[in-house]
Amino acid sequence: MQLTDVWFLVIAVLWTGYFFLEGFDFGVGVLSGTLARDRAERRVLINTIGPVWDGNEVWLIAAGGATFAAFPEWYASLFSGFYLPLVAVLVCLIVRGLAFEYRAKRPGERWQRNWERAVFWCSLAVAFLWGVTFANLVRGVPLDSAHEFTGGLGDLLSPYALLGGVVAVVTFTFHGATFTALKTVGDIRTRARRAAGWLGLAAGGLGGGFLLWTQADGGNARSLAALALAGVALLAALAATARGREGYAFAFSGLLVVAGAATLFLALYPDVMPSSPAPEWSLTVDNAASAPYTLRIMTWCAALATPLVLVYQGWTYWVFRQRIGTRHLAPPAHAAHPAHGAEEADGAGTGTGHGETAHGRRAPAAVEGGEPREEGPAGSATARGPRVPS
Amino acid sequence: MDLALAPETLARWQFGITTVYHFLFVPLTISLAVLTAGLETAWVRKKDEKYLRATKFWGKLFLINLAMGVVTGIVQEFQFGMNWSDYSRFVGDVFGAPLAFEALIAFFFESTFIGLWIFGWDKLPPKLHVATIWTVAVGSILSAYFILAANSWMQHPVGYRLNEDTGRAELTDFWRVLTQNTALAQFGHTLTAAFLTGGAFVAGIAAYHLARRRHVPVMRASLRIGLVTMVVAGLLTALTGDRLGKIMYEQQPMKMAAAEALWDTEAPAPFSLFAVGDVERGHNTVAIEVPGLLSFLAHDNFSDEVPGINDTNHALQERFGPGDYRPNVPLAYWSFRWMIGFGMSSAALGAAGLWLTRRRLLLAPELRTGPEEVPRPALTRRRELTGLPARWFWRLVPLTMLFPLAANAWGWIFTETGRQPWVVYGLLQTRSAVSPGVSQAEQLVSLSVFTLLYAVLAVIEVRLMITYVKAGPPELTEADRNPPTRIGGDRGDPADADRPMAFSY
Repeated sequence: MQLTDVWFLVIAVLWTGYFFLEGFDFGVGVLSGTLARDRAERRVLINTIGPVWDGNEVWLIAAGGATFAAFPEWYASLFSGFYLPLVAVLVCLIVRGLAFEYRAKRPGERWQRNWERAVFWCSLAVAFLWGVTFANLVRGVPLDSAHEFTGGLGDLLSPYALLGGVVAVVTFTFHGATFTALKTVGDIRTRARRAAGWLGLAAGGLGGGFLLWTQADGGNARSLAALALAGVALLAALAATARGREGYAFAFSGLLVVAGAATLFLALYPDVMPSSPAPEWSLTVDNAASAPYTLRIMTWCAALATPLVLVYQGWTYWVFRQRIGTRHLAPPAHAAHPAHGAEEADGAGTGTGHGETAHGRRAPAAVEGGEPREEGPAGSATARGPRVPS
Repeated sequence: MDLALAPETLARWQFGITTVYHFLFVPLTISLAVLTAGLETAWVRKKDEKYLRATKFWGKLFLINLAMGVVTGIVQEFQFGMNWSDYSRFVGDVFGAPLAFEALIAFFFESTFIGLWIFGWDKLPPKLHVATIWTVAVGSILSAYFILAANSWMQHPVGYRLNEDTGRAELTDFWRVLTQNTALAQFGHTLTAAFLTGGAFVAGIAAYHLARRRHVPVMRASLRIGLVTMVVAGLLTALTGDRLGKIMYEQQPMKMAAAEALWDTEAPAPFSLFAVGDVERGHNTVAIEVPGLLSFLAHDNFSDEVPGINDTNHALQERFGPGDYRPNVPLAYWSFRWMIGFGMSSAALGAAGLWLTRRRLLLAPELRTGPEEVPRPALTRRRELTGLPARWFWRLVPLTMLFPLAANAWGWIFTETGRQPWVVYGLLQTRSAVSPGVSQAEQLVSLSVFTLLYAVLAVIEVRLMITYVKAGPPELTEADRNPPTRIGGDRGDPADADRPMAFSY
């Protein structure tokens, strides 16, 4: 195995890791706009991925950086060729990231609702766009002899590519549903499990069609094996879901994502970006790669860093292994300090004055101390209050 | 095609806007991570609650800022390929490696451990919890190092060879890329400037509250930390800046000649305080100068020759063929001055503030204040600053928050535009680096989308910041005072299964 092959593998692993991890983030984002019934449930969903979404997204940065270093030609043609879809991806990732971080930072109904909408639409859009991008990548795009993309936006929106986008959305949502069932308690858990069943069937139908199309188009024995594995994973995930084995269901929906991505990468190899007008203009692992010296250094870096990353990211999931439900949601956390009763500990004697600004508007500290009334189903409001220390 | 719409111009504007914008958040992230980590360490060691409240307060502002830094950072990595595909093809072999290192080593650290820190208050024992924010700080500093090594290679390419067959630069010595003097000097200069930024941020907000006599214990401690950081970082920024300047005189004489609007070679060379020049004819019409100072800045003595713009341009034409190798001279000249002016005044204000609010040194006992009181600014041993000057002091310190941000932005504008017309100095010109396949319409779309989006987000971010600044440090809860003793939270108590999370989005 040559270094260029190793690096194709590494980049495939990084993308696959990204799809496995941020795949369920996207799914949870989509479910927050469909499965969740009220704001409390949307909050639960967002908080299941709260501690981990940022670390998950770095897999994308790592995949991009590794592609730049190991296959500069691939990086250049891919990113400049898929220009407008990537602008959309960037905008969505920016808004979505801020939505997670900023949503709870103000109490206003409109503020929070808007960010929740952003989570839903951006998760949906990015999942779809990655599906479109990878479908095009495998299928081939108009590249000229200098490996420069010569097509337009229309060339990227073929039926096959659009199907790829839909498959990505459905599969990630399925993956997100098994994750939700694993990570939550209460009513939403039951509904997530039910939704996982339907989504799994849809992922099987659409994804199966898409992968078979891919296989028929440019597949080989190895991609067929991956495709078969994807099929097995899907059946196992559905069976585990039906029996309420949520851990297994999530593991198998993850395996489905991995096997699906593997099918695509194996169908792609040894090309990295096929040229549709003329195969000899395609970018391959050989003509797109960096010089061996760079690849050697990068191999050392990846060999040392990736296992470490897996260890501490795995540890993070273990730290946050507890299931959460509406009753676990603290009053928005920065307001964890009680807005009433507490003496101002600062000696300056302003009382609780920091709750009021000079203009008489209330600062968030005072407002966010209590849950907004309209939020949450009856009964959960009391359970969500701060625990009285015994 | 109108020059204003040339693909190179559009791509440069987009890179300039997104990068300057991104870099508003980066220095604050780096320095606030360290300062927050220091405050939490003080809480873990001393168990003084004011440190925990300070940690929570500054940590919150840090997170609001970090979120913007993280999301705008993704654009940075993508746009090399999107707008600068020929650049990426040419340099990927060399330039991509530090970027990949940055992601694999630094970003994973930063992004994974920040999640542990944000949500980990009730999941991790205090010592482990404070370790997570230190890891974030280390990650952010490492990322700065890798990306600056990459940028330094554009300023001064080393450790590579040109492959004649492929027409690409190929890496031959990665260690040299990482350790060349340009990289080390840039790293030192950028990092110390980051701490100047964070120090001014902390001091400014603390002064804002102290002027209103609010949250005094927390803000008094914060003010001092901020001011000390400003002074130390300001001094180091000047020293590293001097070092970087001397390196640039060797490596890019054109950039430094432009920074001084020094049209003709002079020995000894004067330092220009103010100049109005005529770019077409290549000379200054008005110039106020300090004789010999430029020779000192470039060579550590007051007599040596410093090459001017016109001579350097001729030398470059002989080396690289016909062409204009001058950057935008007025821009280089003024951005250099704004960078130094804003940076220096911020550091000077920090020094003045530190002196005025000193605790005991040369201060009469009746002017000394305890940790629960607002400091009484004192000019001399017995003379307290009162009335209008005192009011101005408390107003000026918050204002200086903006100075280092401006200095950082001008510094990047200077170093990047001062290198033009090169994107990789001496190797690749900027006009040959843009994506040939991307249309101007596409570029216009992305330029307008990012500019508009960033403008909207700036409004949201600043308003959120202001709200949280005004709210002040939070009161502590029982959960804050009783952190978990085991990883994952204490499990012994059955009620714990239903305990609300200490933090949730």
